[in-house]
Amino acid sequence: MALAKRIIPCLDVKNGQTVKGTNFVNLLQAGDPVGLGKAYSRQGADELVYLDITASHEGRRTFTEMVQRVAAEISIPFTVGGGIHELADVERLLDAGADKVSINSAALRNPDLIDEITRHFGSQVCVVAIDAKETEQGWICYLNGGRIPTERNLFDWAREACGRGAGEILFTSMNHDGVKNGYANTALARLADELSIPVIASGGAGCKEHFRDAFLKGKSDAALAASVFHFNEIPIPELKQWLRTEGINVRI
Amino acid sequence: MNVAIVKYNAGNIRSVVNALRQLGITPNLTDEAEALTQADRIIFPGQGEAGNVMSYLRDRKLDRLICGLKQPVLGICVGQQLMCRHSEEGYTDGLGIFDTEVLKFHPSRHEDKVPHMGWNTLTDTKGDLFKDFSADEFAYFIHSYYVPVNPYTAATTTYIVPFSAALQKDNFYATQFHPEKSGDVGERILRNFLDLKL
Repeated sequence: MALAKRIIPCLDVKNGQTVKGTNFVNLLQAGDPVGLGKAYSRQGADELVYLDITASHEGRRTFTEMVQRVAAEISIPFTVGGGIHELADVERLLDAGADKVSINSAALRNPDLIDEITRHFGSQVCVVAIDAKETEQGWICYLNGGRIPTERNLFDWAREACGRGAGEILFTSMNHDGVKNGYANTALARLADELSIPVIASGGAGCKEHFRDAFLKGKSDAALAASVFHFNEIPIPELKQWLRTEGINVRI
Repeated sequence: MNVAIVKYNAGNIRSVVNALRQLGITPNLTDEAEALTQADRIIFPGQGEAGNVMSYLRDRKLDRLICGLKQPVLGICVGQQLMCRHSEEGYTDGLGIFDTEVLKFHPSRHEDKVPHMGWNTLTDTKGDLFKDFSADEFAYFIHSYYVPVNPYTAATTTYIVPFSAALQKDNFYATQFHPEKSGDVGERILRNFLDLKL
């Protein structure tokens, strides 16, 4: 066997509660991000990503407390993102027990943040998330959860982030996100060829075949999804068993 | 049971503390000689740069103390590497409990990225730490340096080359992977370590 391809459920958290649907665990756990994370961990998720989508100061404190509970109760690696603007935010979240942090708009606005994080805490904690859209001008990076376009090209930015010490790239294709028609495999494969760090595919999962294609065609190291897991459209154990039959090395 | 975790200047050891708490143990995080000597179990966790950690231990004369311990000791990640004779990371002399070198991964293919990060399989497991293990169970790794396979190898993992996923000699145990981040597999290893009878 070799290093396994990773399956990563992503949980959006607002005011301490998961936002998207949560059909498959019992009602007691439905909105609770820690209970949901535990359920995913038991099902065989390889890592978890928690994104804080709260804008308020109070919500930030709630999120930090949640990170402490996740760290205390779940024994697989987890990444946290959302609302990270400066080194102090990173320190607070790592102190709370997160294994990695994901930075997105803050890194585009201030690329030195990547250097600072990796210098203080090591490359392995620094995931650079990129939201990009394929346009007539090529793949363009967006700020603020896909609301504000930039001048930056996806591949240029990913190479720069890698050069500054990012440990992984989490690439979400805005063209594919929410459409459930598969991941952006051509762009993913180009990222994998150009970068010397792992790439996490995000956006577009709708069926099991899409995960296989992200690994085989997109050459991704990991695939992230939210709704197909939350609504139990694709149970993780079933997905992993099937990927094995397709010749993909996953942890079971 | 009195479990001590060796405290040092670098690295986040919260996850080791959390994993032990889940097993009903409240560990004592300490760099004091007496507390370490009196503990039933000692965990030497690993994050941080090898040279920095060794300087911290030497300044407090903990290097000799650790080598002389008679109770079960578990080194994790950089902890395992520092229990070896010498590491290529900063060309650091280690504790020398395991008479072997620690080398840096040199990938020959683009797909083989360094650090080795993620879940990989444990093969040829032997010894008490892996009691009741089946073939090819997965553990979570994150490291750029490795211990080659040697007479003390207690589990083997292959990434670029076969390397020591775990070591054992007398009362000294070590894992390159992070049991505290390896879900159920890690929990079983930690429990086996706590249950050791010497």
